[in-house]
Amino acid sequence: MQPLTVHAGVVAPLLRANIDTDAIIPSREMRRVSRQGLGEGLFANWRYLDPELRRPNPDFVLNRPERAGASILLGGPNFGCGSSREYAVWALDEFGIRVILAPDFNPIFHKNCVANGLLPARLPFPAIRELAAWTDRDPQGNRLVVDLRTSRIEGGGTPVAFDVSGADRIRLLRGLDDIALTDTRAAVIEAFERNRFAAHPWVRLPEGADR
Amino acid sequence: MPSSLFDKLWDSHCVETDDDGVSLLYVDRVVMHERTGSVALDTLLRRGRPVRRPEHVFCVVDHVVDTRPGRGDETQAPGGRDFIVALRQGAAAFGLRMFDVDDQDQGITHLVSAEQGIALPGLSIVCPDSHTCTLGALGTLAFGIGTSELQHVLATSTLRMAKPDTMRVVIDGRLGAHATAKDLALYLIGAYGTGGAGGAAVEFAGEAVARMDTEARMTLCNMAAEFGAATAVIAPDEAVLKSVVAAPLAPARVGDWSALRSDCGARFDREVDLDAAAIGPQVTWGTSPEQCAPVRARVPAATTTAARRSLAYMGLEPGTPLDSVPIDAAFVGSCTNARIGDLRAAARVLEGRPGAPGVAAVCVPGSRRVKRAAEAEGLDRVFVEAGFEWREPGCSMCFFAGGETFGAGKRVISTTNRNFEERQGPGVRSHLASPGVVAASAVCGRIAAPDAL
Ligand code: SF4
Repeated sequence: MQPLTVHAGVVAPLLRANIDTDAIIPSREMRRVSRQGLGEGLFANWRYLDPELRRPNPDFVLNRPERAGASILLGGPNFGCGSSREYAVWALDEFGIRVILAPDFNPIFHKNCVANGLLPARLPFPAIRELAAWTDRDPQGNRLVVDLRTSRIEGGGTPVAFDVSGADRIRLLRGLDDIALTDTRAAVIEAFERNRFAAHPWVRLPEGADR
Repeated sequence: MPSSLFDKLWDSHCVETDDDGVSLLYVDRVVMHERTGSVALDTLLRRGRPVRRPEHVFCVVDHVVDTRPGRGDETQAPGGRDFIVALRQGAAAFGLRMFDVDDQDQGITHLVSAEQGIALPGLSIVCPDSHTCTLGALGTLAFGIGTSELQHVLATSTLRMAKPDTMRVVIDGRLGAHATAKDLALYLIGAYGTGGAGGAAVEFAGEAVARMDTEARMTLCNMAAEFGAATAVIAPDEAVLKSVVAAPLAPARVGDWSALRSDCGARFDREVDLDAAAIGPQVTWGTSPEQCAPVRARVPAATTTAARRSLAYMGLEPGTPLDSVPIDAAFVGSCTNARIGDLRAAARVLEGRPGAPGVAAVCVPGSRRVKRAAEAEGLDRVFVEAGFEWREPGCSMCFFAGGETFGAGKRVISTTNRNFEERQGPGVRSHLASPGVVAASAVCGRIAAPDAL
């Protein structure tokens, strides 16, 4: 996973509440057993007038020429609610989104972001609106700088502090792979499991194919 | 110190907690479906990483599998077949028990977990699906996870997560004659919003919950996902414990489950009280589960941009009586409301009544077991005589993944849990309600409460 320290980019505001994962990646767009090939289906029902024919909706923010290359998304409350599909994050990632700023996130979506090196940062809605208004004035020129080392956003006046948990911050900064991290605790897990099976033998199911 | 049920479940699975407050949680059981599980297994295979405890891992097809009679691997979803085949290949490669398309116990993942005894009181279970919280109704510590997390659990038998806050929702009083756990869930979400739980682990308690059977408890916990909860739990009572030990994978000798309840004086980060007696049949009018109202209410005035947008999508005018809104289709199915009790409730309303002309209606039993039980009671005939299609188990029109839909612009009354734009297919307008309300609406051709008949 790519570490994320400082990211500067063009901003796309999508200031709706409850943007769900069906909207981020409609179920029809998950066509292959793969994490790839999803960027094109990102927000397909909003982004295209006809999702099958891929006719772009000129009014949708990610299609606006002045928002070209957007890599920071501004969202409303309860961002990423709905289905747990990680495809939503893979689609955002492939499209080039690195940071999402929203008042709050669905817990599973939030974890999926971190697992894929995307920063889900919490910021009160009024502050998000202000940032959006500032980028409206000159979308290509007014880029935001998101500094994960200091948990601050620069651009549009005084830097604002955003909220991200300590553990998530470190994972993103180092680009840590979870499995590798947990492998270092294998002995502790084994000991825990031994105790659990000893105390509650019913927890353990028989091994083998003819179960 | 007195602890809550959630605290007890958490503590009994917590391997360790690091300085940042992130815990390693031991996972007893893993269940996955073809949509999200296939990718995880495929990734592990490519990386040459084994599944640590294959005997505790289960695969189920439900998300893209076709539900029309005589189905095989082909589905109406683009590439749908590939997901089924990939799951099958992954299951075979790792030696995982799979409930395949033609398995006599196949069904929607969460129903299969409960019916088979994969989920049991006191166990922890994860599934890459947001409605895994359904299983909290059995006193199971259940989490919906993402695909990367699933890979982590398969490889290490643990889940990495910070302990969520706790919230108790106490529902006192008794539900009225035509109100159900579904109406309670919709009411709760309507009152507190889809972010109402704020990521907390929710315990449902109180008289109305104590009176619920296992199935109704599952309906309530199911919709904790729409309430913004990390998960849900209910202390299992005698009836629940009796039902779970009959499951095929429940061991002959199980442990002592009597401590699976919140101690007197247990502390919760938040508490909410509801009065069940005040809640009648509900129906959603918008594109979020929180946009709901009593069936006999009117479409509310649109005071926010979100509400205006929802009403525009739904094609509804403020002030319209909800029970005057004509419907094109009715759907009984999903992990929310497709257990035998749900089918019985719908059938009670349908019995001896023809469906309204022009209304397309579909019933998808939640599992093969449910389907068999329903057929043994003759419920299939009641549905068919009322104009319903009687299908094979799967998620079906709960969402569009299998490519199944009533068609663009159709207004659907549905026992499912999500009414998002396009959730049930392009342009489809979804109204969420209980099985009784869906059945009554199918008979009347408009949104209707069961007592309107
Ligand atoms: S029935 Fe619907 S909510 Fe339940 S698991 Fe299937 S798609 Fe998800």
